[in-house]
Amino acid sequence: MDATGHGGAWDGFKGGLWRDSIDVRDFVQHNYAPYEGDADFLTGPTPRTTAVWQRLLSMFPEENERGVHDVDIATPSRIDAFKPGYVDGTAVDHKDLIVGLQTDAPLKRAIMPNGGWRMVESALNSYGYPADPAVKDIYTHLRKTHNEGVFDAYTPEIRACRSAGIITGLPDAYGRGRIIGDYRRVALYGVDRLIAAKEADKARRCLDWPTEHVIRDREEISEQIKALGELKAMALSYGYDISGPARTGREAVQWLYFGYLAAVKEQNGAAMSIGRIDNFLDVYLQRDLDRGLITESEAQEFIDDFVIKLRIVRFLRTPEYNEGFSGDPTWVTWSMAGIGEDGRPLVSRTTFRALQTLYNLGPAPEPNLTVFWSGRLPRAFKDFAARVAIDTSAIQFESDELMRPKYGDDTAIACCVSAMAVGRQMQFFGARVNVAKALLYAINGGRDELTGKRVVEGFEPIEGDHLDYDTVAERYDAMLGWLGKTYVHALNVIHYMHDKYAYERLEMALHDQDVLRTMACGIAGLSVAADSLSAIKHARVKVVRDETGLAVDYEIEGDYPAYGNNDERADALAQRIVSDFMGKIRQHPTYRDAVHTQSVLTITSNVVYGKKTGNTPDGRRAGEPFAPGANPMNGRDAHGYIASALSVAKLDYDDAEDGISLTNTITPDALGRTPDERVANLAGVLDGYMASGGFHMNVNVLDKATLQDAMEHPEHHPQLTIRVSGYAVNFVRLTREQQLDVINRTFHGSL
Amino acid sequence: MTVLLAPATTTATGATSKPPATPVPAAPLVPAVTPAAAATRRPVTGSVHSWDLSTGVDGPGTRFVTFLAGCPLTCLYCHNPDTWRMRSGRRSTADEVLAEAAKYTEFIAAAGGGATVSGGEPLLQPVFTGELLHRLKHQLGLHTALDTSGFLGVRATDALLRDVDLVLLDIKSWDRETYREVTGRPLRPTLDFADRLAALGKEVWVRFVLVPGLTDDPANVDGVARFAAGLGNVSRVDVLPFHKLGTAKWDALGKDFTLRDTPAPTPGQLAAARETFAARGLRAV
Repeated sequence: MDATGHGGAWDGFKGGLWRDSIDVRDFVQHNYAPYEGDADFLTGPTPRTTAVWQRLLSMFPEENERGVHDVDIATPSRIDAFKPGYVDGTAVDHKDLIVGLQTDAPLKRAIMPNGGWRMVESALNSYGYPADPAVKDIYTHLRKTHNEGVFDAYTPEIRACRSAGIITGLPDAYGRGRIIGDYRRVALYGVDRLIAAKEADKARRCLDWPTEHVIRDREEISEQIKALGELKAMALSYGYDISGPARTGREAVQWLYFGYLAAVKEQNGAAMSIGRIDNFLDVYLQRDLDRGLITESEAQEFIDDFVIKLRIVRFLRTPEYNEGFSGDPTWVTWSMAGIGEDGRPLVSRTTFRALQTLYNLGPAPEPNLTVFWSGRLPRAFKDFAARVAIDTSAIQFESDELMRPKYGDDTAIACCVSAMAVGRQMQFFGARVNVAKALLYAINGGRDELTGKRVVEGFEPIEGDHLDYDTVAERYDAMLGWLGKTYVHALNVIHYMHDKYAYERLEMALHDQDVLRTMACGIAGLSVAADSLSAIKHARVKVVRDETGLAVDYEIEGDYPAYGNNDERADALAQRIVSDFMGKIRQHPTYRDAVHTQSVLTITSNVVYGKKTGNTPDGRRAGEPFAPGANPMNGRDAHGYIASALSVAKLDYDDAEDGISLTNTITPDALGRTPDERVANLAGVLDGYMASGGFHMNVNVLDKATLQDAMEHPEHHPQLTIRVSGYAVNFVRLTREQQLDVINRTFHGSL
Repeated sequence: MTVLLAPATTTATGATSKPPATPVPAAPLVPAVTPAAAATRRPVTGSVHSWDLSTGVDGPGTRFVTFLAGCPLTCLYCHNPDTWRMRSGRRSTADEVLAEAAKYTEFIAAAGGGATVSGGEPLLQPVFTGELLHRLKHQLGLHTALDTSGFLGVRATDALLRDVDLVLLDIKSWDRETYREVTGRPLRPTLDFADRLAALGKEVWVRFVLVPGLTDDPANVDGVARFAAGLGNVSRVDVLPFHKLGTAKWDALGKDFTLRDTPAPTPGQLAAARETFAARGLRAV
């Protein structure tokens, strides 16, 4: 390679390390221009942008109505399976600036059967499509799937836990996702250089004695190299040779997007996040601006068009899947901001441009714009981010000060709250267990409170009219031990099979060879479990049993302090559940020596978890939804959302390194009396929450009346976006039940 | 089953002062802490309705707000009629309130804000209020605000006011008859208090609730504006729209909410009122 890279692609770039090895962070650090100014430089949408977006907007209502716009039932997706497609027009007359679709037409979904044939068939049927017989034959007789492999190796106990709903949402029937390819590598180095680096990795691995692990590594690297070849071919079908590095801002966006597009053509992952890309792209856009090649309006237009593409990523999913993860989310999480290890803010003009897309295109749930918050961020950026949050309810905030010491400053969020060093770390996504139901299992000695069936062997029910705290705590501890063991067992099986049958070839091709893997466990029902323990400890809880001796209800005599009031007596119980369960998980060895972590996050599954859980000792009725994520139960937090948030902030991030999710929905009045005041106050609230050790805050600033109107007149609110646990959804795409849950359970107003 | 919202030690601590029966008599409204109590240095106690963290509504930024129980006024539009009676509060020590507030000093230091003593009418319990303000300011280092109608301003000692960074002063009407109609009390003490705050150079935010058909007469609004502008220490005026979110509280107390059928002011009415203040050189929001 010549000194300036291929044909001047690297002209004017500084630094050396990144030239010799694959190291995007080093490139960004040497070349990005931190921006501490305000948002005044930003430009609005071009007429072209508006026209393209309007065309798509007009397609959404029908898609929402039917569930899907269209499906190609006959073409199992792979990176280069489809002919080129454009939002509007053909290869010769389209208006896209950044090209590439998952299939050959916008919003048309592909089937990805490697994850499991039954899910593909069930999804097709639920939207009124038949399964293609030839494809079915392949995936039922000729080619084994991830789902089939998992069920070959599950134990009867795991199956029982799954159907009882104490462990649910497991990625045993869908793609695990939560792996972020370092898509920037495609733009910086071009694909040929990446292939060469992988060839070198493989050559090194060929020197090792072929243990099972070494053979697996060689096969995986070979697959990665093939995937990179397919990526090149796919780009070429759109008329782009991406074998070499990108030379302009527009090319950088396009190359990077091709990398991402290849990933979403290959994998129907639960979360297909895009990483930390704005400062990287800014280097190229700024170089073009400095050279007079583009205007600010053009720079913005590239980002707008790119974001349009990210907004129309679609996967074919089953109705059961949608129940837990409502609103068709794809978690194209785009992480931005924070402070670099050298103290400079990781904010560039393109960070602002990314947020500006929410004005230029209107609010939307995807990409899932995630701001790494630090008290040290420039004032102007804080204010802009707070303003965007107030105006759109579409962005989330996570604590840069908690993440940077653990993962460094080139960290991105996969999905909602899962942090990882881009290209150097990946996770084995593990959904979550229901710790509230586990408490009922402890009381009932392993029988399910709804069905009466024995799910767990070897436990005795707790006897007596009233629950004794020490007894309950001891039995709960034992039950959590059983749960942790069963859970990690299931996850080991799942990820073994996922690697074997649905390996993320392209995403892993954009990782280093030696990645850090985490086993990302999770819990739901924290506030219900904590409040139940508080009731048992601080009030008297009488057990109501049915004729078979099954505890089915509880009567509370007296008062108890509830989690969510910044009251140590209750909060300590929540902290303890999190830290105890983390301890249980850590006892069990993991597949590929993944590091154990856990999250306190529910997505929208708080509703379905609640449905599957009987009456609880905190007074919650059977079927009633849980609070989302780590949220306290709404209505029990009596001192406002800040007191409530500070209860959540006490949960130790060291015990929940996969993230702790808090969602607040605030009326505008509860932030201040003028727009400027609200901006300053929200920025202050975020500063205060993060300074108090808080990890994540979803902020919705909405009037209840707006949501109620959207329930009645969805057609008036096509773009109304609302954050739920860890992501954002189009409010009108939620089920009625979930809409009511949002309205009833997360609102904080002022009176 | 009820969820316990306050610390468990809820029993009254043998209060020396009996909360007055409502309606509150003109004077004396409530004795201050007895000299005997002061002599034996018994902890200062007061009747606390509740505490809350709020943002942007009880003074600047995010604030720890203590709502004291008891109010000598019976405003027709009151949205917290459950705070009128002292006996509806919980007898608390200043230590208890401070311990709760101390949980938020780190948050408030980062977020910006402070502490507000509100009510009810905090000056109904001037010794307790003074103690709280003093300790919130000097022990916890918080910016302090006093939210008051000013009707009992005479009870605020200069020492108490030295511990107040900002007074949120409700001037409910300029027209005396309207004032009496709204509050059941005379206007004069509030104006005297405002003059005293001006003489002390104490920062004041005037709050004015705009109730259509009751307080929105242009002359009435302009009267408040002219007076406030003349003080020289008013840095802002909050024109607050009348709302009926407290209706349920009136019903629960078995009291007649006479403004049940009064509409909330329109954006245009609010803008006009703010313009009236702005025309006098005041910053109205």
